[in-house]
Formats: sequence, C-alpha cells, structure tokens
Amino acid sequence: MSVELLPDGRKRIRAPLSDEDVRQLRVGDVVLVSGIVYAARDAAHKRIIELLDAGEPIPFDPAGQIVYYVGPTPERPGHVIGSAGPTTASRMDRYTPRLLELGLKGLIGKGGRGPTVREALKRHTAVYMAALGGGGALAALQIRGQRVIAFEDLGPEAVRELEVEDLPVWVVNDCEGRDFYEQAVAPWRRDELLPEEFRLGTRP
Amino acid sequence: MGQVREVDAAEITRAVRELCMEINYKVPEDMVAAIKRAREKEESPIGRQILDLLIRNQELAAEGEYPYCQDTGYTVVFIDVGQDVHIVGGDLTDAINEGVRSGYRDAYLRASIVADPVFERRNTGDNTPAFIHTRIVPGDQIRIQVDAKGGGSENKGRHAMLKPSDGLEGVKRFVLRTVEEAGPDACPPGIIGVGIGGNFEYVAILAKRALMRKVGQPHPDPRVAELEAELFEKCNALGIGPQSLGGTQTVLAVHVETMATHIASLPVAVNIECHAHRTGTRVI
Ligand code: SF4
Repeated sequence: MSVELLPDGRKRIRAPLSDEDVRQLRVGDVVLVSGIVYAARDAAHKRIIELLDAGEPIPFDPAGQIVYYVGPTPERPGHVIGSAGPTTASRMDRYTPRLLELGLKGLIGKGGRGPTVREALKRHTAVYMAALGGGGALAALQIRGQRVIAFEDLGPEAVRELEVEDLPVWVVNDCEGRDFYEQAVAPWRRDELLPEEFRLGTRP
Repeated sequence: MGQVREVDAAEITRAVRELCMEINYKVPEDMVAAIKRAREKEESPIGRQILDLLIRNQELAAEGEYPYCQDTGYTVVFIDVGQDVHIVGGDLTDAINEGVRSGYRDAYLRASIVADPVFERRNTGDNTPAFIHTRIVPGDQIRIQVDAKGGGSENKGRHAMLKPSDGLEGVKRFVLRTVEEAGPDACPPGIIGVGIGGNFEYVAILAKRALMRKVGQPHPDPRVAELEAELFEKCNALGIGPQSLGGTQTVLAVHVETMATHIASLPVAVNIECHAHRTGTRVI
C-alpha cells in the first residue's frame, strides 16, 4: 500500500506505486511525495531514450517509480542539495510515453502536458503531478538525500536518486484523462472583459 | 568636452559578480511588494495559498542559503556606458563574463547555459556567456543592470510582425493569446513585457527592456499607460491565476515600450517574466 490518506484529506505516496495506487489519485488532490524519486530532465531523457533505442541498460528501472523533472543548484557545504523546484514538463512529452511503457507510474514537473502524454497516462495507468513552479528554495527543504547515479557530465542535468520527505504536489493529469488546469481556470474567466475568442462561457 | 574618466574593467567584473550573487537570493523590494499586493487582491483560496508559499520562498531565499529558484537563469546584462568613460585593464565583454563566472560559482548558482544550441549542447559549466545589451549614453558613468532570466518563462515569449491594419486590437489579442498559451509553464503570476514598433530585432529588445522597469510603474506616456492598465485587467480576466490553478492574479504588471516603425509594419513582442524576477542595478 503506497498511498496513505491523511486526516486533512491530503495523500502521502511512496514509490513503488501499483496501478491500484495510481487509481486513488485524482485531479486536484494534494499529494505529499516521500521516499525515492529519480531526477531527470531534458538531456537525461534524451540519453535514456538513446540507450533504450540501442538496447542498452538505462540508469534505473522505471517500473513503479516516480520521475521528478528537476535540475538543482549546486549544494552548499553541509547541505543535501541546493534549490530544487520543478522544470517545465511538456519539454519531456516526446520522451514520456516510452518510459510509461516501461512501467513508470509518477511524473512530477510544472505546467501542462500534451494530448499524447495524457492519453499515455490513461493507457498505462500513471499520473502527472505539479510541484510549486519557482518554489526552489522551499522544495530543497523537503529533500533528505541526493546521489548522482548517471550522466555526471551533464552537471545539473545528471540523473539523481533523491530521497524526499513530504514534497507537496498537485495531481494535474490523472489516469482517467482529466486535466486540473482546465477545471481550475474556467470558473475564474471573466468573459465580459475579453475578446470573443477568449470567452469560455463558464460563468453565469 | 568633459574629461575622460577611466574605469578599470575589474570594477565592472566586481559589480556583475555582486549583482549575480545578490539577486538570485534576494528578490527586489518592488517584486516583494507586488506579490504582497497580489496576495491581498487574490480571490481564489488556492491562489492565496500559492502566493503565501511564494512569500515564504522569498523569505527563505533571502536568508542566503538557497537560491529563490533552481533555474538561476540566463544572465542578461544591460550596460549603459557613458561616452566620456574609457575602460582600461581589460575587455568589457570578458569583464562581464568573468563577473558571471565567479559570481555563479561562489554563490552556488546553477550553470544553465549550453555552448551551442543544436549540436552538442554542452553545458559551459559557469553560466557564461552573458547576454549583453550595450548602449553608449552621455556622461561619465557606467550603469549596469543584471537580470537572471528564467528559461521556462523565456520560452513562452512570442514575436510577430502584424499588419498596420491589425491595429491596437490586434496587439491586445496577441498579448492575451501569448499569456493564455504560456499558462502554467511560465510560473504565473509574473510581469508581461510588451514591445510594440521598431523592427524585427528591436521589438524583442523593447519587450525585454520593459521588464526592467520597477514592477507596476506606469509608462510616462499616458496613452501607453492606459494600454498597460487595460492589458493588465484583461490578462487577469483570463482567470489563470497563481500557478494556473485558477484565480484573479495572473499577472503582476504589464509594461509596454513603443518606438517608431516602418509604414508597412506593426511588430509586436511579448517577453514573460515569472515570479522569479531577479534584477539589480549598480552605477560605477
Ligand atoms: S519560469 Fe521562472 S519561476 Fe519558473 S522555474 Fe523557471 S525561473 Fe523558476
């Protein structure tokens, strides 16, 4: 059981996640992520896919795991890590379905995902969550350990194993194809102030 | 003619270094105030929660241990060199880059620049080169403004050569479209820098320079100031809100800069600055 329901309604998760775990996470849920997540962003994704194409082993087994799109600042002496907020997830859209096929269950970044990823999340029962974009200093406080496990030459883009404790995230795309941004923004749009093509007709 | 004043390149290096080291930890006062104002005005509960977190993030970063954001940016340097200044003891560009190199290293800031865009994309390891805009101005001083510009928000900028017949309405639609498409990716709420006029390259620099104004300070031309106020209201009417989780505070300010243009053209550019607005100025 890797999803724990907290008394205040938030959910704590810890990899490895099963399909059953993922199905308990719905758009808008506030989730606290604990345990191991793998840090990988643009250049690391590119290399991982190249390795897969070449039939070579990749730095970690994605089955049941969570990937966090982050490139931290260098840690100061005595600190585990530097600032470590999320980077834009859609830049990984091109690579993501391949990792979902291999059983990756959770993705953490910021911003929206394209239709192909949303479809793939449904097909493979996985979930995309957003951390606080630009909240790099706060995120650092939730990280207890880091270890570079591959591609050290990429500097901030190296693949890291991070140990996190209660890193807060929101479920943006769940495994049933819902999108939290669409739902969240619509009630606040003020059509009367906007040119026609921006009106959503969602407010009375 | 005034006396020529000599300025040592090392002084420029020091100013750039200090600015890089400061701004990535201590968000400028006008930005702190802008986030507080947004917190007071935000109507959505989740939006208020997000703004509270951003205030905490500012406070934590200001303690000097963790940079405000892990993306410590492109280092953009605006340098206005008085025409009565003679820079001695080194090359201006090298002096600036040395300031970036040592400032980023010693303040534990992230190296986020790759040496070429499409071949190897090898990280230069020290956040150089800086992106430098130089102007020669009257006087015997050097004014240096450094901006640590986040890549996520930079990616959401747009540029278009509209037709003169598209007019002001066309410009407004373009700005709104850009802010809407940026959505959560540009880490709202931020500042929208708009350039109108000039030519293909000038309009982008206008938009970037617009971001360098004090947050929310209106343009001195009342017609431009009125356009800024209207765009501000309309961008916020999009309902995107903090982190795009819905709300009334999508942008903290819209700054517009304009200039002359060609009879055939209506260039427009939108440069988005995220809430990680990190800038500072030194005068030598
Ligand atoms: S867009 Fe700005 S706030 Fe967001 S991650 Fe990038 S630099 Fe940080």
